[in-house]
Amino acid sequence: MANDAMQAWKKKLRQIYGVYTGIFLIFVIALWIGENMGLQQKYIGYAFLFGTIGVYAAIGILSRTSVVAEYYVAGRKVPAIFNGMATASDWMSAASFIGMAGALYLQGYDGLAFIMGWTGGYVLLAVMVAPYIRKFGQFTIPDFLEARYGGKLPRMIGIVSAIIVSFAYLVAQIVGVGIITSRFVGIPFEAGVFLGLSGILVCSFLGGMRAVTWTQVAQYIILITAYMIPVVAISYKHTGIPIPQVMYGQALQVIESKQKALVNDVKEIEVRQEWKKKAEELNAKIKELPESWQKGKTELEKKLKNLPTENPERTKAEKALKDYPKTPEEAKEKWTATMKEAQVMSKPPKSYVSPPSDTKGIINFLALTFCLMVGTAGLPHVLMRFYTTPTVREARSSAAWALFFIFLLYFTAPAYAAFARSEILTNIVGQAFTSLPGWVAKWASVGLISIKDMNGDGIIQFSEIIIRADAVVLATPEIAGLPYVVAGLIAAGGLAAALSTADGLLITISNAISHDLYYKIINPNISPSTRVKIGKALLIVVAAIGAYVASFKLAIIVELVAWAFSLAAATFFPAVVLGIWDKRMNKTGAVTGMIVGLLITTYYIIGSRFYGIDWFGIKTIAAGIFGLPANIIVALVVSRITAAPSQELQEFVDSIRYPKGAVKGGVEE
Amino acid sequence: MVTKETLDAYWRDNRILMYVILLIWFAVSYLAAIFASSLNSITILGFPFGYYMGSQGSLIVFVLLNYFYSMKMNELDKKYGLEEE
Repeated sequence: MANDAMQAWKKKLRQIYGVYTGIFLIFVIALWIGENMGLQQKYIGYAFLFGTIGVYAAIGILSRTSVVAEYYVAGRKVPAIFNGMATASDWMSAASFIGMAGALYLQGYDGLAFIMGWTGGYVLLAVMVAPYIRKFGQFTIPDFLEARYGGKLPRMIGIVSAIIVSFAYLVAQIVGVGIITSRFVGIPFEAGVFLGLSGILVCSFLGGMRAVTWTQVAQYIILITAYMIPVVAISYKHTGIPIPQVMYGQALQVIESKQKALVNDVKEIEVRQEWKKKAEELNAKIKELPESWQKGKTELEKKLKNLPTENPERTKAEKALKDYPKTPEEAKEKWTATMKEAQVMSKPPKSYVSPPSDTKGIINFLALTFCLMVGTAGLPHVLMRFYTTPTVREARSSAAWALFFIFLLYFTAPAYAAFARSEILTNIVGQAFTSLPGWVAKWASVGLISIKDMNGDGIIQFSEIIIRADAVVLATPEIAGLPYVVAGLIAAGGLAAALSTADGLLITISNAISHDLYYKIINPNISPSTRVKIGKALLIVVAAIGAYVASFKLAIIVELVAWAFSLAAATFFPAVVLGIWDKRMNKTGAVTGMIVGLLITTYYIIGSRFYGIDWFGIKTIAAGIFGLPANIIVALVVSRITAAPSQELQEFVDSIRYPKGAVKGGVEE
Repeated sequence: MVTKETLDAYWRDNRILMYVILLIWFAVSYLAAIFASSLNSITILGFPFGYYMGSQGSLIVFVLLNYFYSMKMNELDKKYGLEEE
């Protein structure tokens, strides 16, 4: 695109999104006025749900296309700042938006591994990968692997890894969509999933990467606005200054001094004893499996049988039986989790700001941070976004903007966590159970907060409160005393975060199958329009499979997402980075490296999660810490003892290293 | 025609820039985490410094590093005449 045309294009985009933001704010204010005039909460929820999904679908319709370059890489004309926003919402998932602040609340310093890991990765991405991916200028990461190493094998490994990594992640986003819609709008989980998915399918189906990109920009604007409002309000409430990112230092001080006082509090010690007893009981039950499982089941059945039909206790007993583990194996999983929770609660609160005190804790913290950083720089749906900028120069600046837009949310998350914790310690602990604030009761009723008078003194102790991670962001609007419209806004923001990520993943998986597998390997003779058609059909198939898997709501999904990072770190990252930075790297080296990385990481994930394997005390979540170096070392050694890549391939590497000049070898269109 | 010497010099400068950036990246995240306990004894505006580096300080440096990289590389492109046509 000529320079003048580019400037005009950027100006037009700024105008469009400026108007869009204005309309969105008017929409929110209108709903707020409506609420004051008596509009029911239910309808506010509907307005946010249908309003935002409708907008995303409309963007999809406006940017519909069947042109290959538009469908796969948005015509390569997404300016840096807009690609930055699209990358940010592509990247930030439901877990970042709703769960991260909660993880910080629960884990204190340990939770910072996620904050640093998911931002620091963008430094690696910017200096080691993004500009070169743009210069290479094709469509997918498997494209790069084939062009750089030659042959179909590197592409095949790329396809398999891309699908494994992205699919686990996609299912988690679909579950997120279902949870948000069912919790806020009160429609069933399945209906929420259906509605959300249809919104994004209209989008990616009609316009591929082009529609996904422009929707993601729109979604970023909604999610960042939604994230800021409650925390600004609570900062104002607690400190009188509405800049949470600066003011939460005061909250940290409150937390530290209050928690210190709780360590030797007599009542707290009483409650901790109760937890200890509970943990021991569960431990005994687990040891006596499967007999203890059978015994518990028989007891429940007997109790139910002896209750008369009209007894109000009956529904309770029915529910208890329904929730009872179906098999001894399930009982072991469930009881172990509850026992671990009880063990944690039986200990005095750890300092909120101190790093792990033992070496093992520190090593795990560093290893996890590292896996998350490298994994971030190796996730195919993020890498793919850097094909869409007009130039190498814009790709570099786009990586900086992407990090900036992500940073806005991540450096605010610790403020959410600290204010919530300080609120609990100040205004909940020490109160009577009879005077629980409304928000505690509300979120307790859906299981996000659990609070029980364990020592029977009628007063709330800190050790009597269990908070699930999601509760922190969701409850903040109510803690700050904001109108319901803000809670609706949070739901819309969470939905935007989940949908934007799902959209990016969906198109990555569909491209891996339609472009990389079908067109590049199975049938290279199909016409461009057929390629796009197959891609579109696959979007629907993949979304349907994802929704089907999501409907089981398996607990393991959250863990799968964490594993995706380790897998991406141990497979894609070394192959792509060495391909750019090490001219001597050849096909044999890269392929053996990727296979070794994939095998070791998978082995450690499964081994340490299910069979008690333990190397240096590293936890399952940081499994990539072994696979990544193994991949690099194997790749370097094998490449040095086998033949150097051909002159052609070396020229190809040169041509992607420098912004000037054409890419040599393996280029089409 | 760009000579091989120009290309090599450009790539060397690029590599040095990468090492410098990665060094700072490592220091503000990993080194700061290793010494977080001692850094926590310093308190600024209520923030224990060790915690602050993990929750905000390192993030700010990451963002600045990316802008710095982008600016520096544009300069290198110009210096060696390797800008995109």
